[in-house]
Amino acid sequence: MSAVASVPGSVPGTNSDYRLEELLIDLIAGLLEGSRRVAVGVSSPIPGSAALLARHLSGGGMWVSVLGSRHLQSFTDGGVEIFDLAAQGRIDAFFLSGGQIDGSGNINLVGIGDYPAQKVRWSGSFGSAYLYYLVPRVILFRLEHTRRTMVDQVDFISAPGTSPDNVYRQGGPYALITDRCLFAFDRVHQRFRLESVHPGHTLEEVRDNTGFDFDLAQDSGPLPTTPGPDASRLALIRGEIAAAIADPYPKFAAEVLGLKGNLT
Amino acid sequence: MTDGFINDVEALAARVPDGAKVALVKTTGGVPMTLVRALIRRNVRGLHLVCVPTGGLAVDLLIGAGCVETLETSAVTLDEFGQAPAFGRAVRAGRLRLRDATCPAVYAGLQAGEKGLPFMPLRGLLGSDVAANRADWEVIDNPFGDNDPIVCLPAIVPDFSLVHARSADRTGNLYIGDTREVLLMAHAARETLATVEKIVDGNLLDDDALRAGVIPSVYVSAVAKAKGGARPLGLPGGYEVDGKHLALYADMARDDAGFTEYLDTFVFDRKAAAE
Repeated sequence: MSAVASVPGSVPGTNSDYRLEELLIDLIAGLLEGSRRVAVGVSSPIPGSAALLARHLSGGGMWVSVLGSRHLQSFTDGGVEIFDLAAQGRIDAFFLSGGQIDGSGNINLVGIGDYPAQKVRWSGSFGSAYLYYLVPRVILFRLEHTRRTMVDQVDFISAPGTSPDNVYRQGGPYALITDRCLFAFDRVHQRFRLESVHPGHTLEEVRDNTGFDFDLAQDSGPLPTTPGPDASRLALIRGEIAAAIADPYPKFAAEVLGLKGNLT
Repeated sequence: MTDGFINDVEALAARVPDGAKVALVKTTGGVPMTLVRALIRRNVRGLHLVCVPTGGLAVDLLIGAGCVETLETSAVTLDEFGQAPAFGRAVRAGRLRLRDATCPAVYAGLQAGEKGLPFMPLRGLLGSDVAANRADWEVIDNPFGDNDPIVCLPAIVPDFSLVHARSADRTGNLYIGDTREVLLMAHAARETLATVEKIVDGNLLDDDALRAGVIPSVYVSAVAKAKGGARPLGLPGGYEVDGKHLALYADMARDDAGFTEYLDTFVFDRKAAAE
C-alpha cells in the first residue's frame, strides 16, 4: 500500500497516489453494494460521489437521489417526498453525520452543553430523528475523528442508535466512517466494531482518539488496512463520477477530484 | 381571494402583527427576502417562526434583529457558509423559546393543518431528545396495532405563510413550480402573503403545464411585486444564490457590532437592500 491519504484541501497529485476523499468514495461505494435505492442529503459531496460510483458499478440498476441537485434527483412532491419514501421502506441507504457520535450509535446534531441554552449550538437535527429509524443502512460519516466528536455519551440525542423492541424501527446505523478508519455497527451488542484503519493510521491512534469503547473485527493478527481504489477505479472517480457530482458540487469536483473544463 | 395587489412590500409587512405565527420556506425554496427585510424595518416583535423545515439567512436576520420569540425548526444553517451566527448567540443567551424538530415533523404538522386535523402521527422520534424536549408532542399507542407507540404532533397552523413566487396572475394565483412545500405552507396557513417576480396576463390555472405548480388564489391574501425578491438567496427557476453576499454576511455577523452594521447597510438602507 503506497498511498498516504492527503488531508482535505491539499493539492491533488502531491505526495500520494490518491486522496483520502477518493479512498472514502471507493470505500462507501462498496458499503452501498446491493442497495436498490440510495439517497444522499445536502452538503455531502463524498457520499454523493460514492452513491454515483455505486450506481455505476451496479450497472445502472441502483436508484440514486442526491438532494440539492437538480439533475440527480427525481422528486416532484417537494421536501416531504424523501421522508415518505423512507417510511414506506423504499430507501435502502442514507447518510447521517454528527457533531458528536457515541459508542451506542447515538448522534447529536444539536449542540454541546445543557439544552436549550447550550454553549455550543449546531444547526439542528434535520431529518435524523426520523430517517435513522427507517432507513436500513444508515452510514455515519464524519471527517473529524477525535475525542471531541467520538464521545462516550452524546450531550443531546438527535436520534438514538438503537431502540427498545416495541419501537417501530426498520433501520439504524450500519457503519461509521471517519478520516482514520471504518467501523461496523453491531446491532445485537449495540456497539461499534473496528473493521479497518485507513492507510497511514493505526489501531493505537484510533483508540487514543476515540472516546468510546469498541470491538475489533478480529481478535488476533494485524488489523486490516482499508484498501484504496485501484487505477481503473480512480480513473472512474476522477472522470465520469467527478463530472456527474459537479452538478451539485462544482467546487468539490474541480478542487478535490481534479475535474477540468467549464464549471457552471 | 386576494384583497388585491399591493405594489408596496412595506404595506405587506404591515399586515403581520407582533406575535404572529409565521412560516418561511427553506433557503432553496424561494424565501421572500425583500419582505423579511421590510418586517425587520417595521420592527416586528414576538414572532413564532416556523421553518419549513429549516432556516437560513432570513431566519438568522430575524433572530438577530430581535423579531423572534419562538423558533420551531429542524435546523438553522448558512450551509456552506457555516453556522448561523445570530441564531447561535440567541441560543447561548437563552433568548429564544426553542422548539427543535425534525424535518418530516414540520411537514406532518402542516399536513395536519391543511387537513383541518388536530394532529398527525409520525414514525421515528421515540427515545430522542428532540421528542423529550417537545412538551407539545404526545406519544399514543397505535389504536390499530399492538404495543406500538407512536408520536402525535399537533397541527401547525401559521397565521401567515410568507412566500416569494415566480409569478402571479391578476386574480392572485401564484406560480411556484415544483417547490411543493410552499403549496403545503399556503394550504396550512390562515393567510398567505406573497411577493412575486412578475405579474402575468391571463389565468395561470388555464395552462396545463403550469397548473400543478400553482397556489390558487383562494389561499392568498395579498400580493406585492418584488423583482429579485428572494435575493441574495436563490429562486428555483429564477436565479442562483449570491454566494459572495452570503460569505459577506457570515463574516460580518460574527459579532453583534458587525451584525448591526449589516442591518444598517443592507436592511435599513433600502437602496443597498435592493441590490
